Amino acid sequence: MGNRIIWKMKRPVYIAGDNIVTSLGMTTAEVMDKVESGFTGFQIHHDPSLAQTPLPLSMVNAAFLSAKFHEILLVLHPEMHAEQFTRLEKMLIVSIQDAIYSKNAEFTGKNTLLIVSTTKGNIDLLGEDKKTFTDPGRIYLWKMAEVIGSFFGFAERPLVVSNACISGVLALSMASRMIEAGLYDHVIVSGGDILSEFVISGFLSFQALSPEPCKPFDIKRNGLSLGEGCGTILLSSEFKKNIPIRISGSSMSNDANHISGPSKTGEELAMAILHALNEAEMKPADVDFVSAHGTATPYNDEMESKALGIAGLQSVPVNSFKGYWGHTLGAAGVVESIATIRSMEKNLLIRSAGFDESGVPVPVNVIRENTLSPVQNSLKIASGFGGCNAAIVFRKLD
Amino acid sequence: MNEPLYITQWSIIRKEGVIRNEKVELNNEIFTNFATFLKSLYKKEEISYPKFYKMDNLSKLGFLGAEMLLKENSFFDRYKKEEIGIVIMNSSSSLDTDLAYFETIKDKTNYFPSPSVFVYTLPNILIGEICIRHKINGENAFLVSESFDPELMIRSVSLVMGTGHAQACLCGWVEVLGENFESLLFLIEKEKNRMEYQPSGGYSPFNNESLIQFYQNK
Repeated sequence: MGNRIIWKMKRPVYIAGDNIVTSLGMTTAEVMDKVESGFTGFQIHHDPSLAQTPLPLSMVNAAFLSAKFHEILLVLHPEMHAEQFTRLEKMLIVSIQDAIYSKNAEFTGKNTLLIVSTTKGNIDLLGEDKKTFTDPGRIYLWKMAEVIGSFFGFAERPLVVSNACISGVLALSMASRMIEAGLYDHVIVSGGDILSEFVISGFLSFQALSPEPCKPFDIKRNGLSLGEGCGTILLSSEFKKNIPIRISGSSMSNDANHISGPSKTGEELAMAILHALNEAEMKPADVDFVSAHGTATPYNDEMESKALGIAGLQSVPVNSFKGYWGHTLGAAGVVESIATIRSMEKNLLIRSAGFDESGVPVPVNVIRENTLSPVQNSLKIASGFGGCNAAIVFRKLD
Repeated sequence: MNEPLYITQWSIIRKEGVIRNEKVELNNEIFTNFATFLKSLYKKEEISYPKFYKMDNLSKLGFLGAEMLLKENSFFDRYKKEEIGIVIMNSSSSLDTDLAYFETIKDKTNYFPSPSVFVYTLPNILIGEICIRHKINGENAFLVSESFDPELMIRSVSLVMGTGHAQACLCGWVEVLGENFESLLFLIEKEKNRMEYQPSGGYSPFNNESLIQFYQNK
C-alpha cells in the first residue's frame, strides 16, 4: 500500500460469516436458539478465586470449549498441544474457525486482515506462576493477536483495537471502512474477553455490579452483570450469505465529560448515531430496531434513553442483549451485532431480558415479547469508560 | 476525500529530551526518574490542571504531549470540537497500571482494589483525558501494535479523515512501562488550510518517510 489511501467509490461491505461463543453455546445458532426460547446464561458463582462475594456471572462452559478446541487442533495443528494456549486464545480460535469454517485457504492472502477487539486480553496471566505458561509475553495484546493470526496462517499482521466497551463496534467500523476504501477484500473481526478476578474486583470496587442478573432499562435495575465470550464477524466485499446484510454507516464520538461516567445529556452518543445514519443515507424513521448498549447501570441506561430521544429513535423497538449473557466487554459490540443481524435474518424482535417496568427518563420502546416484524435496518450502539460512544448501521437488501 | 494530509505540529517526549516543532524544550540533564520528569515538564509548560495529579503515568505522558501541541494554538478556532479525531497507539496497552492494580488484589490479607486505579486499566482513558481537557468530541481509536508503526498510523488516520468524520486529527504513539516511556504526537490537517494558516510546525507530508524521520529524531 502507498502512503495515501486513494478513495474511489465506496465498496459495499457484506456480512459473510459469524460466530458467538458465550455461556449459552459455541455457535450463533446454538446461542440464539436459546435466547429466542427465553433462556439466559447466568449462574450464581461462589468461587473465591473470582470474587469475594457471590455474583451472577455468565461463563463459557470449560468442557465444551476444551472439546471444540481439541477438534480444531487435531485438524489444523496436530503437532500442537492445548496447554500452549490460554483460555481466551482458545475461545478466539474456536470462534474464528466457526465463522470462516472450511474457507481457511481463502483468507491466508494479503487481501485479508484479522482485527482483534479486547479490553484485557490474557489478563489472567498476571496471576499465573510464570513457569506454568511457556510464553508470558502473551500478556501483550499484540502478541496474543499474533498467536491467533499465525495459528490460522494469516499473512497480514493482525490489528488490535482496545477502546473499552466500544472496542467491538469500533473494530467493525474500522473493518468496514478498510473494505470500503479497498485496503482489504475480507476483514475478520473477532472480539473477546474472559472473566477474571482482575476485572470482577474492579467492577465491584466501582459498586457497578448487580447482585442479581442485570435488568437493562428497568426501574429496578441495579448495576451490570459480567459475562465472558467471543464473537467473530467475517466482513467481505463479496456477498456470500443467503440474506444479504451490509454495514452501511458508522461513527464514533467522545463525551469529553468524565472518564468513568457517561454524558449527562446523551448528546454525544446521539451525534454518533446521527453521523452513522447520515453515512448510511437513512433517516431515524428508517430504523426498525436498536440494539442498545444497555448495561443496566442507572447512569448508562438513563444516558442512552436521552440519546435515543435526541436522535428521534424514541419509538423504535429497542433491546439490550446483556440480559442474556451479561456485559462481555471487548466482545460485546461484536456479539450483540451478530444477535442484531440474526434479528434481521429472522425478522424477529427479541425480548429485552430482565425488563419489566420502564425506569429511564425518556420512555423508549423496550421490546417486551419476541415479535415477528420486518427488520430491514438496524442500529447497534455502544458507550464506554473514557467517554467513548459508537454507532453502526446494518441494512438488509431486498 | 483524497486531499493530502500534513503534519502541522508535533511533540516528542523521551528520556533523552523534549522537543516541540524542532525546538528543544527540555534536555536530558534534568532526568532522574519518570515521575519527577513528568512533574518537571508539567511545571515547565505552566499548566494548571489539578486533575493531572490523579492520572496514571500513561495518561500523564500523553496529556503533556497533547498539551504541548494544543496549548495557545489557533487550532481550535479552525475546527468544531466534533471535527477533531484522536487516534493513539502503543505496545503495552495499560499494562503499567494493570501491574499496579494487580498488586492491590493479589494478597487476600491486604486487599484494597480501588476504582481510581482500576479505571486506568483501559488505555483509551488517555484519549478521554485529552478530550475532557479540550472538550474534543470527535472520533476516537486506541490501537495496540508491537512497535511504532507509521503505516498503521497513516491508515487509521486516513480512514477517520477520508470518510469525512474528522477534519483534523491528533495522532501518535504513547508508550509507558515502568521507567521506559516514549511519546510522539502529531496534529494532522488537510491541504485546504494551507493557504490560510502557517503553523509553527510547518507542513510535513503525513507519510512514512516523515514519520520515520520524526521517530529517529533522538
